[in-house]
Amino acid sequence: MSAVTQTGQAAPGSVPAGGLAARPGLADRGFRWLALGAGLLVLVILVLIAITTTQQASSWFSTEGIKIFSTTWNPAANQFGALPFIYGTAITAIIALVISVPVSIGIALLLTEVVPRRTARPIVYIVDLLAVVPSVVWGLWGILVFAPWIQHIYASIGSGVNGIPVLGSLFGPPTSGASFFTAGIILAFMITPIVTSLSREVIATVPSIDREGAYALGATRWEMIRGVVWPHSQGGVVGAILLGLGRAMGETIAVALVIGSSATITSHLFAPGYNMPAVIANQFGEATGVWRAGLMGLGVLLFAFTIIVNVVARATVERSARRMRGA
Amino acid sequence: MQRRRLQRTTALGLVAALATFAAACSSSGGSGSSSSSSGSGSSSSALSGTLNASGSTFQLTFQQAAIQSFKQVQQGMTVNYGGGGSGKGRTDLASGVVNFAGSDSPIPSDETANFKGKKVLYFPVIVGPITMSYNLQGVSNLKLTPEVIADIFQGKITKWNDPAIASLNSGAKLPSTPITLAVRSDSSGTTANFSLFLMTAAKNWKLGSSSTINWPKSAHAGNGNGGVAQIVKSTPGAIGYVDYADAKASGLSFASVKNKAGNFVAPSPASASASAATATVAPDLTFAAIWGSEPNAYPITYQSWDLVYQKQSSANTAKMLQAYIGYLLGAGQNLLPQLGYAKLPASLDQKAKAQLSQIGS
Repeated sequence: MSAVTQTGQAAPGSVPAGGLAARPGLADRGFRWLALGAGLLVLVILVLIAITTTQQASSWFSTEGIKIFSTTWNPAANQFGALPFIYGTAITAIIALVISVPVSIGIALLLTEVVPRRTARPIVYIVDLLAVVPSVVWGLWGILVFAPWIQHIYASIGSGVNGIPVLGSLFGPPTSGASFFTAGIILAFMITPIVTSLSREVIATVPSIDREGAYALGATRWEMIRGVVWPHSQGGVVGAILLGLGRAMGETIAVALVIGSSATITSHLFAPGYNMPAVIANQFGEATGVWRAGLMGLGVLLFAFTIIVNVVARATVERSARRMRGA
Repeated sequence: MQRRRLQRTTALGLVAALATFAAACSSSGGSGSSSSSSGSGSSSSALSGTLNASGSTFQLTFQQAAIQSFKQVQQGMTVNYGGGGSGKGRTDLASGVVNFAGSDSPIPSDETANFKGKKVLYFPVIVGPITMSYNLQGVSNLKLTPEVIADIFQGKITKWNDPAIASLNSGAKLPSTPITLAVRSDSSGTTANFSLFLMTAAKNWKLGSSSTINWPKSAHAGNGNGGVAQIVKSTPGAIGYVDYADAKASGLSFASVKNKAGNFVAPSPASASASAATATVAPDLTFAAIWGSEPNAYPITYQSWDLVYQKQSSANTAKMLQAYIGYLLGAGQNLLPQLGYAKLPASLDQKAKAQLSQIGS
């Protein structure tokens, strides 16, 4: 409906002299088909990918059955349980969010509420530069520079908390430079730009009249942020975090290099682990038969998980946008 | 100006020399029909076209060097070898994306259906030792048996001064440092052949054989041979399985391993060739180079093949494959020792050359 009225409005304006008066109908229709085709093409490709990967993974689903969610992945013994990788994906994504979210929201508030616009711009550039660094560069830096450096810190924390009930089982030995936690930190670096810039945009939509109202009532800057900015942008920021989560779940090469590649379920965050994209990247080259199908199946599961996260994220952002418009 | 012309003349001379050498090789190598077809392929007719290949990363360095020098034999031909792993190579060959595939193991039984009954020829092109590289200050000539290696990599032996290691190395001062295992994070033919060696040679090995092994949890994983070498180099007390070329390049020290004949032998191109020489070769030229029975054979030796369809879509592709693989088996073999790999044993090389004539269209 709205598309039709829009094109109807646009047509008279775009024809200057009247010589093309007979044309617009054809051109408009052509454009509409072209646009529709482009839109559908994306959908078709997505569906075809889903179908073919599921097909290639079918022998995994059929031979393993419910055992696809078992805890052992051992190609030498033909056991292909995906749980260690699902667990690893969740853990690394949670670590990444725990580190990245406070930092990202902090930067977003800094840019919108604290510093003047003139100073904000270079900071935005620098944060966006983080998003430009290719994944493999993060991974190489992680494994060659960051992991060797941080493994001593892990080791000393590990020996410090060893034996203490909860801390000991989270941060105690065994520790290794390439671990869940290192992967989480690298992912945090990688998702900070996207969470920051989306949060910043959401926060910037808070009407300045509301802010000024709060100030007029004698609120401090912190009270204004808590009372006006936060309720207003809450939903949008949650959406931004979920989009960051989607990215963290799917990130492959950087994680494959630093996660340690051990298919285990453990509460020890400083121990080597594995996640879904990393195992696909590492093992696909030599995989055969059910093993190969299993890796395909992990891809299908990951595809499904990221779609769910993204859909929830979009819905959250839209709901909050609607609420804001209503307010 | 003059100098450039001179260079060109030398280059041409070199090409001619190489071409005649290759021709001489193939005509002396093959028996009967093979000599005529591959001989004419490399000396008289200049071939043009592109060959694409992918697969074994073990072959990658060799293929890259061979492709460079093959340019002087056939200027009109372009050969591309992308790595990606043996499994990817076989998948690519089955789906017809490449003209030949590098693979460190024969086609496994669950993949044969992918080739739809078309006959695949195996050309062995390369053998090489896998070293037991370690990082222990002051210990220069470590000796290990297959059983001890198995227990180390199963996490049963955890300290360097364990009696099992100490009894093999009576003179050495072994520290009480814990052993750090360095293994591959990516699935690999190196892992497959190392674990196959342990399966064959050590009765106490329980983790099976595959290109990915469930190592003990404490193992440190690195990407590629270079990644494992890096871990060994930077971690005192580490031991890892690294191919000879990378271990050499990283300056690691490596252990001598007890072979089938009962001798402790250090890895080298020569001792790897010796292990392959005694392998039982099947009629399709598949074999396992590990655990050779020669007295000077290095037991952890592995091999890689180039896989080619017997029937090619065009005569030109068939000729190009004969020329390039003929080169790998002929003059190309001389590139191997300096790259850290071992030449094929002469008898096997002859058999492979004789098989060239079977590539047809």
